[in-house]
Amino acid sequence: MQTELAMGQGAGTLYDKIWDSHVVRSYADGTDLLYIDRHLVQEVSSPQAFAGLQARGLPLRRPDAHLAVADHAVPTLHRDRPLREGLAARQVARLQQNARHFGIPYIPMHDRRHGIVHVIGPELGFTLPGATLVCGDSHTCTHGAFGALAFGIGASECESVFATQTLRQRRQKRMRIRLTGSLPRGVTVKDVVLALIARIGIAGGAGHTIEYAGPAVEALSMEGRMTLCNMAIEAGSRVALIAPDERTLDWLRGRPLAPQGDRWAAAVADWRRLRSDPDAAFDREVDMDISDLAPQVSWGTTPEDCAPVTGHVPDPAAVSDPVRRRRMEQSLAYMGLVPGTPLRDIRIDRVFIGSCTNARLEDLRRAAQVVRGRRAAPHVRAIVVPGSAAVRLAAEAEGIDHVFREAGFEWRDSGCSMCVAMNDDRLAEGERCASTSNRNFEGRQGKGGRTHLMSPEMAAAAALAGRLTDVRDWA
Amino acid sequence: MEPFVTLESVAAPLPEAGIDTDVIFPARFLLLLDRAGLGRHLFHERRHARPPGSPPFVLDRPPHDRARILVTGPDFGIGSSREQAVWALADFGIRCIIAPSFGEIFHANCFRNGLLPVTLPPADHARILAEAEAARPLVVDLPAQTIRLAGGERIGFAIEPHRRQALLEGLDEIALLLREDADAIGAFEARQRAQRPWLFLTREQLSHFDDLTETPANG
Ligand code: SF4
Repeated sequence: MQTELAMGQGAGTLYDKIWDSHVVRSYADGTDLLYIDRHLVQEVSSPQAFAGLQARGLPLRRPDAHLAVADHAVPTLHRDRPLREGLAARQVARLQQNARHFGIPYIPMHDRRHGIVHVIGPELGFTLPGATLVCGDSHTCTHGAFGALAFGIGASECESVFATQTLRQRRQKRMRIRLTGSLPRGVTVKDVVLALIARIGIAGGAGHTIEYAGPAVEALSMEGRMTLCNMAIEAGSRVALIAPDERTLDWLRGRPLAPQGDRWAAAVADWRRLRSDPDAAFDREVDMDISDLAPQVSWGTTPEDCAPVTGHVPDPAAVSDPVRRRRMEQSLAYMGLVPGTPLRDIRIDRVFIGSCTNARLEDLRRAAQVVRGRRAAPHVRAIVVPGSAAVRLAAEAEGIDHVFREAGFEWRDSGCSMCVAMNDDRLAEGERCASTSNRNFEGRQGKGGRTHLMSPEMAAAAALAGRLTDVRDWA
Repeated sequence: MEPFVTLESVAAPLPEAGIDTDVIFPARFLLLLDRAGLGRHLFHERRHARPPGSPPFVLDRPPHDRARILVTGPDFGIGSSREQAVWALADFGIRCIIAPSFGEIFHANCFRNGLLPVTLPPADHARILAEAEAARPLVVDLPAQTIRLAGGERIGFAIEPHRRQALLEGLDEIALLLREDADAIGAFEARQRAQRPWLFLTREQLSHFDDLTETPANG
């Protein structure tokens, strides 16, 4: 039966195959009604969606397709205590109430399954190849690492998924990014994706779904693939995909919500078709050899404002397009940087190792390797925020928390934390941070805060040096 | 949803490139649970944390403080999916945003809230921006899919037919789906359940969550 299914799909891209198997109906104007298999629900984008559902007097169509967790607003300290009275406490409590009312599982912050939506979805096996998965959060593209068609939506669209389990969408164009070569020493997949965004721009993937392919993608761990897909939205693309392979299956097998027994076998048979056919047509192709990359850091206020750490703060005077020049001047003014300054001379105040981009076990292990036996610079305040409780517990079992604590870093509980600064973890005005998160927008880590994006290894090294530094000098 | 047919207003010029939703609506205000009144926090830092000596933000300066149209640079609304960015714009009185390009999630969110995002090629965009800067009123005519300049010139724009329809009639897409497509959804679901049963969590799988306990109520 499964082979019949596989044969029925015809030639096409991975994206089209998943799309085609989720079309409820097509409309005359070329849009499709897409069935949504899975919905991750967090506290920030859901209260208005739940309220809308309630105002309509509607039930939630399929409670078994949703999973709720509060990750953005939760504190990363004192998790055994009730939340301090205030807006965050109210928002978290509201999610818990809504989940109870509508009958969907809610994972509270004290639970061993807690974490950032995009970390726990895969951990639990909630994320599956070939599934459509949404969340009221733009980094939902992360789940594409498993070959899930996953994308971020707004609150009104969340309400549509609650009420109908569907979304009316237009198919996007297809872009393939082929990565070749192998990672040089001290260079990570984070550097690859930052360099890629610097090359194609913050709108480089707009209107397209990105499929990452090529030997360098196949060689990546699942954690690395998640980091790669996570930042597709920073290139303007809502969807990123990587074809599932043996590594994907090995990672998912036995996860609590992954199919078991006969269902697993049937699923795997179906997932075998989840790759772009050799003759599949892409609207755009990008090739990138990663062999000569250097570690990257951002200097501006969009993720495309990145350069090799060996470089300098760029000079707006050298930019001919007036809109871009103005933008660069504004970025540098906000960042408090002078053109021509070597990036390695930039002194930092804070370090944040965390977020759905780079707070998985592999990230923490690699950052810990850099700090082992060393100390953070005395003026630097560094925090490590594991992406989930499971990551935290696994890291603690390996003694990684000790390595960080010994080096003067703070070891916290899971959540979004200083990636978005909705809890107490935030930069003060003018503070400068080496961060493993995904956005260096103005005010992202706190009003007036200045963010430099980089890999976990680079952030760890920056903490030791007290300034931006080349991790290759610390090996 | 309030229908959008025609709109006459001066347009506020904000020609910066890449204004992200964190700038439009800073994250710390996302803790608010209600949609009402969010206009207060629109462009919060741009409006309230001005460098000393600089003039007020464009939306706080007559005649642009009454603008219902915003003309921005490319990539407006990139970044976070927060619909609060759109709610804040709407609450402030903005109904139409004209830009060379938009962040995709923001763009989709606009239509759900009766806002019209208009994408224009650079030359047309530059014309409109000049009108905005001169504070000459524009007429956005959705049925005709044109923007009429004070001098009478008309600039056309494209829009997805179903989105145009939804705006014109103030349609509620969810109500429409429930009314027109409920059977199709049910039929698809039954078929998928038979063909790809693993996409539906079983009671046994969901029992993984049986031991979840709530945090004590607070707040
Ligand atoms: S870690 Fe940051 S980017 Fe990821 S979901 Fe949380 S706030 Fe969004």
